Amino acid sequence: MIAVISFYLFAAMTIASAVLVIFARNPVHSVLWLIVSFFSASGLMLMTGAEFIALLLVIVYVGAVAVLFLFVVMMLDIDFAQLRSGFTRNLPFGLLIALVLLAEIIVAANARGAGSIIADKPPEAAQPNIVALGEAMYSRFLFPFEIAGLILLVAMIGAIVLTHRSRGDVRGQKISKQVDRRPQDAIQNKQPAVGQGVKL
Amino acid sequence: MIGLDHYLTVAAILFTIGVLGIFLNRRNIILMLMAIELILLAVNINLVAFSAFLGDLTGQVFAMFVLTVAAAEAAIGLAILVIFFRRRGSIAVDDADRMRG
Repeated sequence: MIAVISFYLFAAMTIASAVLVIFARNPVHSVLWLIVSFFSASGLMLMTGAEFIALLLVIVYVGAVAVLFLFVVMMLDIDFAQLRSGFTRNLPFGLLIALVLLAEIIVAANARGAGSIIADKPPEAAQPNIVALGEAMYSRFLFPFEIAGLILLVAMIGAIVLTHRSRGDVRGQKISKQVDRRPQDAIQNKQPAVGQGVKL
Repeated sequence: MIGLDHYLTVAAILFTIGVLGIFLNRRNIILMLMAIELILLAVNINLVAFSAFLGDLTGQVFAMFVLTVAAAEAAIGLAILVIFFRRRGSIAVDDADRMRG
């Protein structure tokens, strides 16, 4: 009973906040509703027993991606009212497309009942979710896992390279110049006589 | 009792909301990126639900890869958005016609 109630609660919260992401007037509110949506979806996943994915959703999406969105929305000085100008014009067509798509997906999801592909009873987990997931990822899916790491590396380097700008008025460090410097070029030994200075 | 159908329906509705968001906010790239995140979230719910109800862990591993790609896509997309705003002073999609595509 409690599972049914919490499923409907999480599902309703996920969908309602997803609607508010789209329809919120203020983009900052959109990001905050996106966080709520991810949080509720993580609750949904927790109920299926996928604990690790649920935690990852909170950590990665709420902790990193949503904060990134929030930073960008707040940093850029954008006239959002002007950006919403086509909103009502696109609404009827968009709703039509969305309803057709939803009907198709639900029909497709229910047509699955024609042939039984689901085992009646899922096999009981012999080990905790995280242990099983780790064993699968580091043995069977080792190569895709490495590729995923590579994708993240490329994304990181790409984001840095894209947003980096070299400014003329800032004195940066020139490492090659520092390495090239030698003691015999940089230092001069002088022994000035008494009462005389050193000419630079 | 909650079955696979319930999860698939929630994911379908979420996916549709994401597509609708792309249609409605045709000019705002930030909201389009958020709608893409919603779509990927729907895909993740589908993968996790099937994984749980089939008793096969592969779906969860795939959900993790989808998560990775979504994070990378958000980072690159927002970086492109920032340099686009720096160049043009606007993030309207209509202004992105410099390449005459």
